[in-house]
Amino acid sequence: MSTGAPSRAATDPTPPTGVPRLLGPAPAGFADHCARYGPLPTVRSRSERAALVEAVERSTLLGRGGAGFPAGRKLRSVAERGRHTIVVANGAEGEPASHKDAVLLTHAPHLVIDGAIVAARAVRADEIIVVVDRENAAVCAAVDSAIAQRSGPGGGHSDVPVRRVGVPSRYVAGEESAVVNFLNGGPAKPISVPPRPYERGVRGRPTLVQNVETLAHIALIARYGVDWFQTVGPLDESGSMLVTVNGAVARPGVYELALGMPMPDVLAAVGGTTDDMSALLAGGYFGNWIPAPAVTGLVLSRRSFAAAGGSLGCGMLHVFPSRACGVRESARVARYLAEETAGQCGPCVHGLSAIAGTVETIARRKAPRGALRDVRRWLQDVAHRGACNLPDAAVGFLTSALTVFADEFELHERHGRCTHRDTAPVLPLPDRADRDWSWR
Amino acid sequence: MSQHLRVDFIKCDGHGVCAELFPERIRLDDWGYPIVEPGPVPSALLTHARRAVVGCPALALTIAKVADR
Repeated sequence: MSTGAPSRAATDPTPPTGVPRLLGPAPAGFADHCARYGPLPTVRSRSERAALVEAVERSTLLGRGGAGFPAGRKLRSVAERGRHTIVVANGAEGEPASHKDAVLLTHAPHLVIDGAIVAARAVRADEIIVVVDRENAAVCAAVDSAIAQRSGPGGGHSDVPVRRVGVPSRYVAGEESAVVNFLNGGPAKPISVPPRPYERGVRGRPTLVQNVETLAHIALIARYGVDWFQTVGPLDESGSMLVTVNGAVARPGVYELALGMPMPDVLAAVGGTTDDMSALLAGGYFGNWIPAPAVTGLVLSRRSFAAAGGSLGCGMLHVFPSRACGVRESARVARYLAEETAGQCGPCVHGLSAIAGTVETIARRKAPRGALRDVRRWLQDVAHRGACNLPDAAVGFLTSALTVFADEFELHERHGRCTHRDTAPVLPLPDRADRDWSWR
Repeated sequence: MSQHLRVDFIKCDGHGVCAELFPERIRLDDWGYPIVEPGPVPSALLTHARRAVVGCPALALTIAKVADR
């Protein structure tokens, strides 16, 4: 099965077959983790470094933070910039409806740190910074404890210091330039690129910012090889993926699933739907609505979702029940995104707020004449006009809402009517009262 | 190589000078921030583009050379 994997000693543990790979039974501590997964390859010489970068490239691993950028290419772009670089393991997870990074960091923090260590060696980094949401006490504690377990003698096979930094719990705080800005003493707001973090990042050094799940997969590729990695998932985007499934399903939560899994099987794996599904929201509030009839033909992969005009993003999937009003829920998210602007770029500050305000009037069935036309025009205007992609999140989310819930929007705007009686909020959004509003 | 206009929206304060100086490729949105026509600036219009870049009080407008694919 793993013909191309590095030769392994007889005492080494067997690599996991199938799925789960990351979310198996939680290791009790560092010793248990080492017994479970076996030793981490050294990656010291020039040829070992090159081999790791090449292995990650050949693995077709795509970044799991949301954008899906090829992990190997990112690794190479930092590796080519010389030594004294920095590795940031990004677990900020600003998406309010996604919990997979938090689950991974509490469940298997050592796998993430392993991945950061081999990545650090491949790019010759002097420092590893694990970035987490500072409001999530369980995650902070799990990462601190994992780092402490490795700091003793023989505890970490790492000569690169590892530290944890908590970032503000804001939607765009996990965007890579925002993370770098915060680590450099600034607010957790995106900055204009270029230069990108891989060119000038933390303290001006080339910085590899990689999602924590991506690093956990890299830890396993380094151990078990590319052929093992590709035994799960399609050959053009291999491996397993952590997904957060919520909404009208029997067992909502974080799951590790094989990429390429047909969507009906994904829904079955979470206990099936508990209500008639009108649409699927994929990729969080950075994602798109997909009408229910189109969902059955999809498989869990970026390619499949992109072909349907959607995106898998961070792997958040919300099964939206037909009893809920798509217009009202879209208005809630539009307002949330507008409130999460970093306040730096005019089109985002003014555009998202105008869009949210008008969508809210439509949802309240008090829309002024031409409201939908204005919203459509503003959505076209704000696209690609920010330092980060927050305007594009609103554009993608609302443009798909206007298509999937077209009849509903029309009924609200033109005729002041709504066919839904159920007004309880459905999409998970943080409570305004205990939101972290600070950027520092 | 072709020349593309870029707006740094963190720097841009919506003065609107660019749209005055280069209306062929730049218009303003409802709040006074520039919307730049996508694609390369035709060489016949480069003088106007450069004038808009120089005229921006916030130094938010730049011309970047992009390799043709």
